Amino acid sequence: MNRRTLMATAALGLGLAFGSMATAQPMDKVKACFVYVGPIGDGGWTFQHHQGLLAVEAAYGDKVETAYQENVPEGADAERVLTQMALSGCNIIFTTSFGYMDATNAVAAKFPNVKFEHATGYKREAPNVSIYNARFYEGRAVTGHIAGRMTKSGKIGYIGSFPIPEVIQGINATYIHAKKANPDVTISVVWAYTWFDPAKEADAAKALIEQGVDVIVQHTDSTAPLAEAAKTPGVIGFGQASDMSEYKPSPRVSAIVDNWAPYYVKRVGAVLDGTWESVDSWEGIASGEVGIGDITDAVPADVKAEAEALRDAIAAGTYHPFTGPLTKQDGSAWLAEGQTAPDGDLLGMNFYLEGISGEIPK
Amino acid sequence: MDFGGINPAVLIASLMVASVPIMLAAIGELVVEKAGVLNLGIEGMMIMGAVCGFIAAVETGSPVMGFVGGAIGAAGLALIFALLTQVLLANQVATGLALTLFGLGLSSLLGQGYVGIKPPPTGVVPFGPLRDIPGVGRVLFSHDPMVYLSIAVVAAVWLVLKYSRTGLILRAVGESAEAAHALGYKVTRIRIAAILFGGAMAGLGGAYVSLVRVPQWTDGITAGAGWIALAIVVFASWKPWRILIGAYLFGGITVLQLNLQAAGARIPVEYLSMSPYLITILVLVLISSGKGRAAATAPAALGQNFHAAR
Repeated sequence: MNRRTLMATAALGLGLAFGSMATAQPMDKVKACFVYVGPIGDGGWTFQHHQGLLAVEAAYGDKVETAYQENVPEGADAERVLTQMALSGCNIIFTTSFGYMDATNAVAAKFPNVKFEHATGYKREAPNVSIYNARFYEGRAVTGHIAGRMTKSGKIGYIGSFPIPEVIQGINATYIHAKKANPDVTISVVWAYTWFDPAKEADAAKALIEQGVDVIVQHTDSTAPLAEAAKTPGVIGFGQASDMSEYKPSPRVSAIVDNWAPYYVKRVGAVLDGTWESVDSWEGIASGEVGIGDITDAVPADVKAEAEALRDAIAAGTYHPFTGPLTKQDGSAWLAEGQTAPDGDLLGMNFYLEGISGEIPK
Repeated sequence: MDFGGINPAVLIASLMVASVPIMLAAIGELVVEKAGVLNLGIEGMMIMGAVCGFIAAVETGSPVMGFVGGAIGAAGLALIFALLTQVLLANQVATGLALTLFGLGLSSLLGQGYVGIKPPPTGVVPFGPLRDIPGVGRVLFSHDPMVYLSIAVVAAVWLVLKYSRTGLILRAVGESAEAAHALGYKVTRIRIAAILFGGAMAGLGGAYVSLVRVPQWTDGITAGAGWIALAIVVFASWKPWRILIGAYLFGGITVLQLNLQAAGARIPVEYLSMSPYLITILVLVLISSGKGRAAATAPAALGQNFHAAR
């Protein structure tokens, strides 16, 4: 073997080595790690993500090892936690809150061999980052309809977390469907600037109830708003992220349930057989990622039937919650008659629809 | 009677409720600091009170036992602080901070099995027809017993500190432990008693959060209320009635902020959120300069450990 062939062989060998790194190989065992924004016991958002983790364990048994960290603040701390996870041998890391978006992308750039999955964000800056979300606004349409039919004071209160597109979609979807059911409806939004702070959420619910609101819709993760609603007879609310069935039959009359299990099982499976690719996943009621919790007997039968029909129409794809004609708050046209909202508009939604008062904080 | 879409009677009624935890914790800390001890562990004691109170209430089915349990649990944590700082003479600032961190962790451990449970409800005091007086009824006669108890505690602390021999001794210990010791008072014992009282009050405040205000248990439920209580003591310049004003101010801003949003007012919430702290800084500047200085300063022996050499 002369020197030239030796070098060629070496180069080929190197090429193979690098090539095999780039196209992932099937793995015998995968370590899946999860970063949670709240405690598992929040009974809402983080609880549901943890159910997803348990489903992954159940599906793959010995082939999967899991790890998670609760109460990770959004921001610089998240980057530290992610780096630590990547260094400790995690193969795939799920970051389960919007605020981890920049941290996820920053750490992903440093660890190209680790797969990152970021929930509810919109940035995919490295090839090893996927984003996944659920079409919560589909659920909001159904609960919005119930809210409109159930309110006696005509006032609906919405506890917003942060003024981000996902939450604004929820407010708009709630409002237009409540208004369809009851033209006199108004909506008041209180921004709590937190995903999880039971005391503050309870205070926000209390403030809304004192303003005459009798239907509370929450976009925060704890059960505190429902506990507050339970103190005043006639006030109803909805479970958020999780079923929150301990507040059945009233104040919790229905719920929007996030079901992350199928997605997590699919993605960890993809890492196991080496078929993982960066995706942008946005599923809704149809695929089961968004579920409508059992509608209780506190809701009249006809309202329940209407809500279920709406749910089924969305699932079947025959109805889109944002169907024109729809006008923005400032009076400019958004969707023409019969037109449905393009995903791009929804993902960047930063405007209220016509009829909602108040401004979105900047 | 509405003011910018907000009914003042309803607002005052809800700020009274929102202020209870910080008022109780602050009045307890005031007594501790009057005895010359700086306990920075209020947050830790409050959350211990929240979890112990919650567990006691759920297990016994009685909210009264819940509050008792909360006070005992937090006083137990305060006892650790008392042993470390009064017997072993550890640094008070460091021990207090450690107590907060320890309390947060321990409460999370104790609360493991109690997440997502509803505690027994605490009723309101039955005032009967008094409740229906327009305006006044809503403000004065529509609350649970703890609201009245918290005001009663402030009044009692004021009376004791100002008019009783016990109060005089307590203040002497806080102003000059050496002198009090020379007169034959048991400085360490008095300070331990003050620390336990402070712990029990913080515990009641914590239990109020988990049993009435939120009512449920979750990790970190007090969310920094203990630090606000600490700020209120300074704001009040160690005077009991000013604790009441401070607590209503701090509690009121939180409630007002949310009510203004719900009513659709156009005031940026950030300004309201920072205003109590700005006022605290202002008060600190005012009391450290000018005429009020002598009348409104910290106890002279605050934060100093005492060891009886003779």
